[in-house]
This record gives sequence, structure tokens and C-alpha cells, in this order.
Amino acid sequence: MYAQLVKSEGAKSREEMLPEEIAFQDRIDRGEKIEPKEWMPEGYRKTLIRQIGQHAHSEIVGQLPEANWITRAPTLERKAILLAKVQDEAGHGLYLYSAAETLGVSRDEVIHLLHTGKMKYSSIFNYPTLNWADIGAVGWLVDGAAIMNQVPLQRTSYGPYSRAMIRICKEESFHQRQGYDIMMKMAAGTPEQKAMAQDALNRFWYPSLMMFGPSDKDSVHSAQSMAWKIKINTNDELRQKFVDQTVPQAKYLGLSVPDENLAWNEDKGGYDFSEPDWSEFFEVIAGNGPCNEERLGARVKAWEDGAWFREGLMAHAEKAAARAPVAAE
Amino acid sequence: MGAAVETVDRTAFVEWLERVGDSALILGHRVSEWCGHSPVLEEDIALANQALDLIGQCSLWLEYAAEVEGKGQTADHLAYRRDASAFRNPLLLERPNGDFGHTLMRQFLFDAFHIKLLRALKDSADVRVAEIAAKAEKEVAYHLERSADLVVRLGDGTATSHARMAAALKALWPYTGELFADDAVDRAMAEAGIAPLPSSLRAAWEATVKLVLAEATLAMPGEVWQHGVGRTGGGKQGVHSEHLGYILAEMQFLQRAYPDATW
Repeated sequence: MYAQLVKSEGAKSREEMLPEEIAFQDRIDRGEKIEPKEWMPEGYRKTLIRQIGQHAHSEIVGQLPEANWITRAPTLERKAILLAKVQDEAGHGLYLYSAAETLGVSRDEVIHLLHTGKMKYSSIFNYPTLNWADIGAVGWLVDGAAIMNQVPLQRTSYGPYSRAMIRICKEESFHQRQGYDIMMKMAAGTPEQKAMAQDALNRFWYPSLMMFGPSDKDSVHSAQSMAWKIKINTNDELRQKFVDQTVPQAKYLGLSVPDENLAWNEDKGGYDFSEPDWSEFFEVIAGNGPCNEERLGARVKAWEDGAWFREGLMAHAEKAAARAPVAAE
Repeated sequence: MGAAVETVDRTAFVEWLERVGDSALILGHRVSEWCGHSPVLEEDIALANQALDLIGQCSLWLEYAAEVEGKGQTADHLAYRRDASAFRNPLLLERPNGDFGHTLMRQFLFDAFHIKLLRALKDSADVRVAEIAAKAEKEVAYHLERSADLVVRLGDGTATSHARMAAALKALWPYTGELFADDAVDRAMAEAGIAPLPSSLRAAWEATVKLVLAEATLAMPGEVWQHGVGRTGGGKQGVHSEHLGYILAEMQFLQRAYPDATW
């Protein structure tokens, strides 16, 4: 779940819709995929650009907290696995920017919106990775939460987004397993390692719950996105599913979930749990999280420092084109 | 394990395997420092992939070094528990990343050497060396294709990109001589038929470098003072720059701070 608080256009009733909007909605209701060159309401296109763009940015910014431990990974094998994983995340960014391009917006344009603070990335990446178990927790909890949201999005109505999700989900489930594997080693390790594992869970639990976005009662943009099948489940449904899946995994590790209100509720067949601190969530989204400045700063610096590189390649391509013989006059 | 191991000085063989393995490890470390910070998304992907290749190669070489040494160590022991003076990579590979042009130029100068070395090692009298080289060669052929291509495009790009690549070449050239300096370990390996003398790879390396630099509109540097080839030796003999200590402090932190842990 790398898209939060995606602003959607207001939902229209069937009576308010134009004939082409009705036909479009009917296609979605029949489960048809919408493809790039086909007619779509402007609101559908704009909402998708925001959502896919935010998702792509999350993949790219999301490299940073994990890359923070590549040079310190404790074994050659762990280093190789982490490199492969971070490379996958960059690859996900690439598919998603490409999916956004099919909606008529270039990669450079959406990256510019990220760098100028007009587009966001997931709040989770504004939290620091402080010990090696955090790399386990990111795979287990953060990728676990992402999968929870992305598996249903494989059925989303927009063809290129849906196909990107199918590829991404395959890799994410590997990521989650490797994260859990690190947690198992840490939780079964020395007392210091076990303490790192517990510390990682303590710090990543609530930020992971925030990944699903605000409570349904405060989530104003969901209705239209759900009608368009850009969003498949509500925030609270997914959060509940995540908690129900994750609590037994924490127990298996011998770690405690940092929530004194956590209890199995027989009636609903799920856990009762404490809500995250939503004021913290909104502060992090607004740019005041522990790592917002570093994360966005690192991306902007990479872009600015690399300008000469990109310009050099463009200049060479132009020279090469000018030198190439003209095929047909 | 190939027959050659029985007839060669094991200490020299271990040292030589560490030279090849440490080279992959230290360059892989440097390349991985770019992860998430490179000028364009495709470069992030390519660099992570390249670092991954190098860490994989390092594991194979150091695992073999540990076996030949026969003291019950693993590749991880060698990577994470030796101090700087026991590392055997040439100085070029521990040079700081600098700008992206420095990183690419370092990569190109080494790739052009690395590929010649691996191609020669495919005919090694030691079967295991030949096998590892054959696997690594496929990866490094691509590394060279990529780094040479980028050196050409940036050398012959804008005035700025040209100037940056020229500055990188000037800064790194004094570290290329060490790649080809033969010593007693190299001679023992050559006599046993395990590896070529580094000096024997020089002409082919120079030919590649000359060709690529010409296309990149960069002048081939002339004779300059070379680091690491004098009486005290260089990285190949364990006499490093100040930079390696910091690389190891970072890389080995967890293994050093929690020596009883398994990860």
C-alpha cells in the first residue's frame, strides 16, 4: 500500500452522468479493463496519475531506508539478497512510471511534482532504519502491508496498472519472506539480536498500520475510486486483514505487538487493536516525519547532481543522430 | 578442486584468491553506495545489479580461498574479520566514488582489466578457478560493455560531461599501474599455470582503453607516477589508502560488534 490519501474526483450518481460516462461505468462494472487509448473520464485519468505516481515515488524513495543497510549487511548472502531486493524496488518504480506515462504524463513531470512537494510518497519511508532487524521488519511489515493492498489491485480496472501489479506482487511476496527470514534469525538469536527484533517491531508497528490510510469514516475520497475499481477494499478492511495476519506471525517469533488493547474478538472473527496516532500520520504526510527532509533531500540531490550526466547523454544522442546517414530523402 | 593446488604454495594461492575476491568485494561495496542516489532510475537498477554480480563473485572466490587455506574459515570470515592490512585489493577499487563520472571511469578502467584476466583464467590449470572465471566472465563482459558505452557517450557529450570524464581519467590513471605489477605471488601462480602474469595483460588492456578513449574524445594519459608499485607495495600487498579502513569499519560493523551472533 504505497498510495495514501489519494485525492479522487467527487462521485456522481447515475442520473448526473453523461451517456459516455454511463457506458464507461458499465464497462468497469462488467469487469472489462480500460486500455490507454480508450475514452475515459478526466477524473479517472487524473486520479490514476495521482495514485500510480504516488506508488512509483514510494518505490523510489523506499530504496533509501533499505539502502541505508546495504553497506553494513552482516553477511555476503544478506548483502546480496538486500541488493537484489532494492533493485526490485527500483524496477517497480520503472514499471509504474511507465504505467503513468500511458495516461499522458512523462516520468520527468511526475518526478518534478515529487521534488517540489506537490506529489507524495508513502508515509512509512519517513521512518528511519536504525538496526539490522529493521531491514527484517521492513520486509515483513511494510512489504506485508503493501501486498495486502496490491493483491486486490491486480484486478484494478486500468489495464497497465493491473499488469504492473501482477509483476510487482510476485516480487513483493519474495520480499516479505526474506524479511520474515531475517526476523526469525534475529528473534532466535542472541539476547541482543532479540532486543533489536523487538525494538524494530515496536517502532514499525504503528507506522505500518498507517500505511492503509485514515479510517474509513475520515477517508473522503474512497467512494468514486471504488466505483472505478481503482481502489478495491476500504482502508479499514485492509488494516484489519493485516493485523489478523501479522499478530500470529509476531507470536511465532516470540515478539510482542506493542498494543495493550490487542485482543481476539470472537464475534467479528478478528483482532481488536488500537488505532495509530492519526495526528502523527498527518504530520508525517505534511513533511514533519523523522526522515522527510533526508529522504526528499536525497532524491533532489541525486537528480540535481545527475543533471550533467543526463545532459551529456542527450547531447551525445543528438550528435550521433546528426552523424547517422539519412535513410531516405 | 583442480590438481594444481597440490603443487603450488598454498599461502601464495590463498593470497592470490584473496586479491581477486577482495577486488570484487571492495568494488561491489563502492558501487552499492550509489543505491538510490544515482542520476537516473535506470542507473540505480544497473548499479545494484552490478554490485550484486560483484558480491556474488567475491563469495565464490573467498569461499575457495577459505577452503584452500584449510583453517575452517568461510567467505564471511574472510570478508568480515580481516583488518585492512590483510585485504589484497588494488588501490584503484577503494578510491571514493566521487561524482558519477569518477565512478564510471573507475569501473571502465577496471572492467577492461577484469575481462582480460577472467578470459585468461578460463584456461587455468585449476579447475575451480576456471569455473568461477567462466561464470564471472559473462557478467563482466556486460559490465565492460556498459561502462565503455557510458564513457564514450559522456566523453563525447557536453563540454561539462567531457571535462568531468577527463578529470576522472586524470585522477584515476595513477592507480592503473598497480593492476599490472607482478610480484612473487603472481609469479608463483603463473608458474603453476593457475593465472597469467598481470603484466602479460597490459597490452590488450591498453588497446581496449585506447580505442574507447579515442571514441570518447578523451586523450590517453601519458606516463605518470603510479601508486602502489614502489618498494612498499600497494593494495595487493596489503598497503592501502586511508579509505579502506572506513569501508571496513562500515562493512564489518555488525560482525565485529556482535561476534557471537549468526545472521
